[in-house]
Amino acid sequence: MQALKYARAASVDEAVKMLREGGPTARVLAGGTDVIVQARERRRQIELFVDIKHIDEVMSMRMEPRGLTIGAGVPLYKIYGDAQIARHYAALAESTRVIGGTAIQGRATIGGNLANASPAADSIPALFVLGAVATVAGPNGRREVPATQFCTGPGVNVLLTGEFIVSIFFPALPAHTGTAWERFIPRNEMDIAVTNAAAMLTMNGETVTEARIALGAVAPRTLYVEAAAAALAGKPLTDASIAAAAVAARDAATPIDDMRGSIKQRKHLSGVLVERTIRRAAERARA
Amino acid sequence: MTTTSSNRIVINTTINGEPIEFLADMRDSLLEALRERIGLRGAKEGCNNGNCGACSVMLNGRLVNSCCVMAAEIEGAEVTTIEGVASAEGLHPVQQAFLEEAALQCGICTPGFIVATKALLDEHPHPTEEEARFWLAGNLCRCTGYDKIIRAVLSAADTMAK
Amino acid sequence: MVATPEKPTYKVIGTRPIRPDGVDKVTGRAEFGIDTRLDGMLYGAVLRSPHAHARIKRIDTSKAQALPGVKAVVTSADFPDVESGTLDLGEGSANPKWLVDNVLASDKVLYHGHAVAAVAATDPHVAEDALALIEVEYEPLPAVLDVREAMLDGAPILHDDLRTAERAEGMHADATKRTNVASHLQLKKGDLEVGFAAAEVVIEREYETSMFHQGYIEPQNASAFWNKDDELTVWTSTQGAFSVRDQISAVLRLPVSQIKVVPMEIGGGFGGKISIYLEPVAAVLSKKSGRPVKMWMSRDAVFQGTGPTSATYSRVRIGAKRDGTIVAAHAYLAFEAGAYPGSPVGAGAQCAFAPYDIANQVVDGYDVVVNGPKTSAYRAPGAPAAEYAVEATINELAEQLGIDPMELRLKNASREGSANAVGAPWPKIGAQEVMLAVKNHPHYLSELHGKDTGRGVALGFWFNGGMESSSTATINADGTVMLILGSTDIGGTRASLAMQLAETLGLTMDEIKPHVVDTDSVGYTGVTGGSRTTFAGGWVAYELGMEIRRQMVERAAQIWGVPVGQVAYGEDGVIVGPVEAGNERHMRFAELAGKLAATGGMISVSSTQRKNTAGPAFAGHIVDLHVDRETGKVSILRYTAVQDVGTAIHPSYVEGQIQGGVAQGIGMALNEEYVYDAEGRLRNASFLDYRMPVANDLPMIETVLVEVPNPGHPYGVRGVGEVPIVPPQAAIRNALKDAIGVNFYRTPVSPRVILDALLPAD
Ligand SMILES: Cc1cc2nc3c(=O)[nH]c(=O)nc-3n(C[C@H](O)[C@H](O)[C@H](O)COP(=O)(O)OP(=O)(O)OC[C@H]3O[C@@H](n4cnc5c(N)ncnc54)[C@H](O)[C@@H]3O)c2cc1C
Ligand code: FES
Ligand code: FES
Repeated sequence: MQALKYARAASVDEAVKMLREGGPTARVLAGGTDVIVQARERRRQIELFVDIKHIDEVMSMRMEPRGLTIGAGVPLYKIYGDAQIARHYAALAESTRVIGGTAIQGRATIGGNLANASPAADSIPALFVLGAVATVAGPNGRREVPATQFCTGPGVNVLLTGEFIVSIFFPALPAHTGTAWERFIPRNEMDIAVTNAAAMLTMNGETVTEARIALGAVAPRTLYVEAAAAALAGKPLTDASIAAAAVAARDAATPIDDMRGSIKQRKHLSGVLVERTIRRAAERARA
Repeated sequence: MTTTSSNRIVINTTINGEPIEFLADMRDSLLEALRERIGLRGAKEGCNNGNCGACSVMLNGRLVNSCCVMAAEIEGAEVTTIEGVASAEGLHPVQQAFLEEAALQCGICTPGFIVATKALLDEHPHPTEEEARFWLAGNLCRCTGYDKIIRAVLSAADTMAK
Repeated sequence: MVATPEKPTYKVIGTRPIRPDGVDKVTGRAEFGIDTRLDGMLYGAVLRSPHAHARIKRIDTSKAQALPGVKAVVTSADFPDVESGTLDLGEGSANPKWLVDNVLASDKVLYHGHAVAAVAATDPHVAEDALALIEVEYEPLPAVLDVREAMLDGAPILHDDLRTAERAEGMHADATKRTNVASHLQLKKGDLEVGFAAAEVVIEREYETSMFHQGYIEPQNASAFWNKDDELTVWTSTQGAFSVRDQISAVLRLPVSQIKVVPMEIGGGFGGKISIYLEPVAAVLSKKSGRPVKMWMSRDAVFQGTGPTSATYSRVRIGAKRDGTIVAAHAYLAFEAGAYPGSPVGAGAQCAFAPYDIANQVVDGYDVVVNGPKTSAYRAPGAPAAEYAVEATINELAEQLGIDPMELRLKNASREGSANAVGAPWPKIGAQEVMLAVKNHPHYLSELHGKDTGRGVALGFWFNGGMESSSTATINADGTVMLILGSTDIGGTRASLAMQLAETLGLTMDEIKPHVVDTDSVGYTGVTGGSRTTFAGGWVAYELGMEIRRQMVERAAQIWGVPVGQVAYGEDGVIVGPVEAGNERHMRFAELAGKLAATGGMISVSSTQRKNTAGPAFAGHIVDLHVDRETGKVSILRYTAVQDVGTAIHPSYVEGQIQGGVAQGIGMALNEEYVYDAEGRLRNASFLDYRMPVANDLPMIETVLVEVPNPGHPYGVRGVGEVPIVPPQAAIRNALKDAIGVNFYRTPVSPRVILDALLPAD
């Protein structure tokens, strides 16, 4: 563990102040499941941890008609454990339920998953298809950043010095909408995704009125696969349209070969997972 | 929490129901603080990066990996470790079940499994085998192949239901 | 449980008492090596090589030394020069010169993670900071990581002075040729050419297996205090305290009488905690600082720097008659030893064809150094890779001949009196009993349903070890017996040994109090390994029990004033004298124990035994699995492990050994492996990426304990811990063939490998 200091922020403003004064080597400490390990292994230069878990707004969760707001410090188990979320935002519940194991989920957050900006981050494809928007506080006040624009590359995001995510907002989804998320890992838990995917479908009868498809671990950042969505939108959902979406996903994937998966495997899995999530999302949309 | 000179801090917290004050390095994880500063060595270091569960403890009623918590974070919190699972009257049913089902071989993973199992049964008193395996997937055991551990978990659930 | 008629009935043996050390372990009170805490102790840390192969040109430790809080820094220069030689480690042996070089590199680093220097400081964080201040100048050298490449002429050479030791009849090594091949051995039986000439079907296949780590959850650790009078005490987590003592003595050139090793509880070993790593480093740091020093490895250091098992390449050729009689077999085995010679290829060679009685067979084995960590023993060292290759080939042979795979195996089964790989007759073995139990098991007989599901079987063999064990038993006045043990207890041996003494004395398990002690406090005891502890320690317990019985009888005779010959020791622990005035004289064990002090003194006996009558073990596994063709993911649906266990002393711990071995074997078969980059750097040195099975990867593992008592043991013990890791790789590979029609020739068969086989080539 590199030498560092720990500070606890009691309010959003105090957190912003601490982060600004700490400069680029100050880091938000949310669940700590990424950042503590990174500091221990000296993978990032960190001199200050700013613990945001004693800020009420950051720890709260609210379901309103316009949508769902999840504080950036809310641990995953509270997210997937919420019956409303499981019902209305299935992809979010599915992805948060398998990040790490039970003990990791007691601490880890979606804010941390997003800010950490791993290409394989499991919640990010769900955030993409759910249209999630991060509320960011900083020295110049607040701004909203759509999840799709948040990460800029592996381990890097749009946040400026002094900024942090206060909460993440998930707009209410239209009627007859279903979402689903899935990943492939070699074991049944405790693995980093070889590939992950999420889908959102809004249906009118058997016709798809809107579709969103996201794909992870196959590019430097999570992909929002417009072409796959286009293969579905405005058409009846058929085996052929699903297959076309899967092909579009495979084509969009530009993965690398590493110890966790090969290019061939990841491209192939892109198609498989997109197909599977579309089918499950459709089932939910019809229900 | 008082910051002293250098990197040392005084931490006030509650461990296994006892208020305690101790001196830690700001770099200490909760696991390091428990083991090397406080002397509670029941939680083990198997990996130091969240992947084995040997360091499992309860933090404010929630199962966590103490290697992935900073010691400074437990200021004002409540921590329960394996040392706090048995009562003065005797073993917790989970501990008894692990003994009776021979759910340990070397025993290094056992404290973590017992803390994690107790957390499971507190939340889901009647888990299925599948639920138990899923809940415990973050706890590695290399000796048993999990068979007897899962049997112990299910048997403890039965005992506790009575 | 299936037992042969020879098995007697026992009172304690075969029951399932709660283990004596259980409460300590479920309450977190048990003191493992990593839990050692000594007054005034310093924390040590090790700097490791970032290169797979490099010359060390310069090490400058001055900045580290100057950091406040740092009390000592060591490099190989702080170690004495040691000579080449052979040091017996129990499971395998070591050359002290290589051993010390592995502990801290001298002129070259030979693998990524090779230890280079170490520090001791007042705080663990300071020790870590100090490592960053040590300057090492390396001259990187080309590295070789694969066994076949390392054998080629022109491959980068690890050791300039290494020459091939030729252990094959009629072959002579080139004494001038620099090489990475440390040895070649050949086992020969019958006439191979004649055998193959008679064969009607010949099948030849090639295989590869990855490096696998033992994966114990407790990292290596050592604490040491070197006193001013040169008395060294070491607290460590080891499979063999005496072996550690002897290794430290060899590398530090300190007499064994000045070294005390205190075996702490051990958080898993599987063969990996026999060799020393940190112990001498902690000792020298303590000597230099004058304070106790505690060290433990980080998980990545465990993966990088401690012994995995050999990666292997093998070729198996088998010839058979159409009726299934195997007439000839050849195996070529090349095992990676890691940075220093000493792979378990010899053991693998002897195990390869062990389940089968084949008249003409040859096994060639090569021990080859590569730029990886020095391999160490891992559960049945050498056997899993060698038998995987054979069991896979047998499966293909069965298919080609159209014979049921278990039928084919039974037809060729080894049995008592048939010749093993070195031509010696097998003693009483349970090979056929195991094969029959597999063939008749409801699992094997059941129908397998579902698309893309498959079933596989495979056999396994392991010798089991004998070696030396010592114990002392002391009777207390209340009739309890202290049992002092030299064997560290990794999985319930306190229980299994106490049970055997209880059985011998006719007492209950609760009346025996087992304790594991340090090397100053008990006679020489070999490692807990080689599946030997319950066997050899049991022999000692039995001898102790018989001696106690003799002395108790003597004492009773003295008390009663009758000839010893008229007193007998009853199986229920009652000492019975001759009838007097119509009344039988008798004393319960505890009653007599209470009289010992006043009638000549307490009784304490010690025994050391070394028996060569270990009973070999055979296993047969059946597995059902499902393959997701779209993702390549394998799910284990059902697993049954049949094994000849001799006598199951504590059946729960026997089952546990089998289940644990199976789980490790499943890991090898499906996901575990070492991944190196082109420069020889280990890419997956974490539990996250090494991928051992987690709880929801496995089903319940059914065990079938076949009891064919070992005639070479008073209670028929064979040893059970190792053989269960042997069959899974082949059983799973054979099941995959059944499920998706593909024969795989490497392990692990990870989802990526399966997809590669199922998807069209690009
Ligand atoms: C054993 C193990 C298994 C894991 N398995 C998975 C897995 O299956 N899938 C997966 O996706 N991940 C996995 N992870 C990674 C990790 O748990 C997740 O990424 C988690 O969601 C991170 O959340 P956190 O709150 O712990 O983040 P932290 O570690 O607290 O923070 C992560 C990063 O985000 C920054 N950050 C955190 N919160 C904010 C905020 N509100 N505003 C700005 N910046 C912020 C931090 O400064 C840091 O740089 C695993 C980790 C471990 C140790
Ligand atoms: S030591 Fe904390 S999870 Fe392994
Ligand atoms: S009992 Fe040894 S790791 Fe679980």
